[in-house]
Amino acid sequence: MDLAVMQSYLPLYRDALFLTLRIGWQGVFLALVFGLVCVIILHLKIPVLKTLTGFYVELFRNTPLLVQLFFLYFALPRIGIRMTPEFTGCLGLGLIGGAYMTETFRSGLESVPKIQEESAQSLGMTPLLAFRHVILPQAVASSVPGILANVIFLLKETSVFSTISLMDLMFTAKDLIGMYAKTIECLVLLVIFYLIMLLPVSVAGSVLERRLRHAEFGD
Amino acid sequence: MQSLGIDVLLRGTNFLRLLSGLWVAVRISLISVAISIAFGIVMGMLMTSKNRILQVIFRIYLEIVRIMPQMVLLFIVYFGTTRVFGWNLSSEKAAVIVFSFWGTAEMGDLVRGALISIPKIQYESARALGMKEKDVYLYVILPQTIRRMIPLSINLITRMIKTTSLVMMIGMVEVLKVGQQIIEANRRTSPNAAFGVFAVVFILYFLICWPISRLSVWLEKRWA
Amino acid sequence: MEKELLRIEHLKKGYGTNDVINDLSLTVRKGEVIVVIGPSGCGKSTLLRCVNALEDIQGGQILLDGEPVRKNAPNISRMREKIGMVFQSYDLFPHRTILDNITLAPMKVQKRKKAEVEQEALELLDRVGLKDRKDDYPRQLSGGQKQRVAIVRALCMHPEILLLDEITAALDPEMVREVLDVVLSLAKAGSTMMIVTHEMAFAKAIADRVIFLENGQIVEESSDPKAFFERPETERARQFLHTFDYESD
Repeated sequence: MDLAVMQSYLPLYRDALFLTLRIGWQGVFLALVFGLVCVIILHLKIPVLKTLTGFYVELFRNTPLLVQLFFLYFALPRIGIRMTPEFTGCLGLGLIGGAYMTETFRSGLESVPKIQEESAQSLGMTPLLAFRHVILPQAVASSVPGILANVIFLLKETSVFSTISLMDLMFTAKDLIGMYAKTIECLVLLVIFYLIMLLPVSVAGSVLERRLRHAEFGD
Repeated sequence: MQSLGIDVLLRGTNFLRLLSGLWVAVRISLISVAISIAFGIVMGMLMTSKNRILQVIFRIYLEIVRIMPQMVLLFIVYFGTTRVFGWNLSSEKAAVIVFSFWGTAEMGDLVRGALISIPKIQYESARALGMKEKDVYLYVILPQTIRRMIPLSINLITRMIKTTSLVMMIGMVEVLKVGQQIIEANRRTSPNAAFGVFAVVFILYFLICWPISRLSVWLEKRWA
Repeated sequence: MEKELLRIEHLKKGYGTNDVINDLSLTVRKGEVIVVIGPSGCGKSTLLRCVNALEDIQGGQILLDGEPVRKNAPNISRMREKIGMVFQSYDLFPHRTILDNITLAPMKVQKRKKAEVEQEALELLDRVGLKDRKDDYPRQLSGGQKQRVAIVRALCMHPEILLLDEITAALDPEMVREVLDVVLSLAKAGSTMMIVTHEMAFAKAIADRVIFLENGQIVEESSDPKAFFERPETERARQFLHTFDYESD
């Protein structure tokens, strides 16, 4: 392995990491917003919107991000909808992530026993008060492991961004391999940079999960 | 208004070509899932052992699979190993290796989870009825384990099919690549073909994955 | 005689063609303790859930202080403030401490001052012997302790009537007593209660009136619990009470 070459590649990888992180976290944020909006629609059973939301969730959960990005980036401009690669990346991540988050939030809500709502209401709480003070806090707590798994999944999924010509880590590695044929060096750097990006999230996730389990069962 | 490319797919064998591209994805998934189930069962049983070294190795293996994008693994196997070991690896073989590596980890964890989730009392009550050790596993433990695993394995198939879309990045001609070729070939006659073609690819993936994931949810509810 | 508090008129509750409660009428006066007994599936828990409007009803009406109690009615939250309920599975809110469990509804629903509610909560906790557990979480308490907290939580809303739905059914035998003692002391202090229970000795000790329910109808009603448990008038009640005896026959 040629360490000098690797060192000379570092700035390129660093820039790619920042780009990936920026789009990744914006996408995650968007996913949380979409997921929250969708789960509220589903919870309140708003007609029409409820059906549309269900359709959206199934469609995006059952198709690959790569295909979704191709549709957003190559197909939509043909009917006059043009977006920058970066915006497409965020939106794509937000859309697929929103579908997954909706499912996670929904099962979080379902995990709160019905009798919790009943005992809140039997204390005279309105449905809104019961949702705010009794149901939601418990639903969020039990959704946390799922949310973290989704975050890791979404950050991993950013690896397809190179197909819509975003200069992310994959793009950089592929580009450098193509130009200088230093395959091993490029791949080692690629792995290291993905570890830098994902290991902290994964570790933080396990710690948080253990803490939550502790809070739930108290041992 | 200009055509949006659906007509392009109706021309000649274009649609069939697209479907055969999709078949590539499905084929790789099925092969990989079969391999994953076989290896996964062995791994799951090994994971329940108390051996410290084995446990550490499996932890690292699972963590790698958990946080490394499949695309990175594909690159390592397709570009990296060929470089280091100097062998020739078709992109399809590389894909099967990577997806099996990933699937084995997932299946192994599922098998382990299923095995340890069977309450100890099930073993004990089977033995208390005078069953032989072999029969305890054959008639009591395994049927329950398999029941828990089948829905999750089916779910793994849909995730594999979705992830196989990545193989175009290591040069395999699958549905997206075929789509690109069709768009390219018809650029002059229908410049907007990209819309129709990619919309159809989008829908095709959905039509394959949706029923399978519904099946998995249905089985999970039924057998819960 | 005390004034009438709760009036149930021709109550009908069913799922599809299956009637759970069929034309049931009952009045409860202030300070009265009504014990409802009967075989499982007779509709006794459903009756309590209807009184707290957790179920919709198919006929008749329930009046508290002359005001109707009905699920999804605009006044229902205000009505439920006056009706305390404790469930079999002591459903405390797992994400809040014991004290917060008790003070949440008085503060959010009745808009009472935090200091005042907390003081009352602590007094009530003291009465049931759990003052020192105020900062614990529900999971740290035993079943009997949780159930006592659930009773305090309901009391802190100053309900006019308390509904107890098999509150000892999920408890280990040695914890039943500590919960029932709390209920007995409430009865002595003059609380109005409707109690569904399987504890016959307790029923006999606490009831002002016993209702024997079967197939959603009142089969026997007695204002003399001792007499009822010794010599029930109806054959059905006699058979039911007999299932609790272990003499060989």
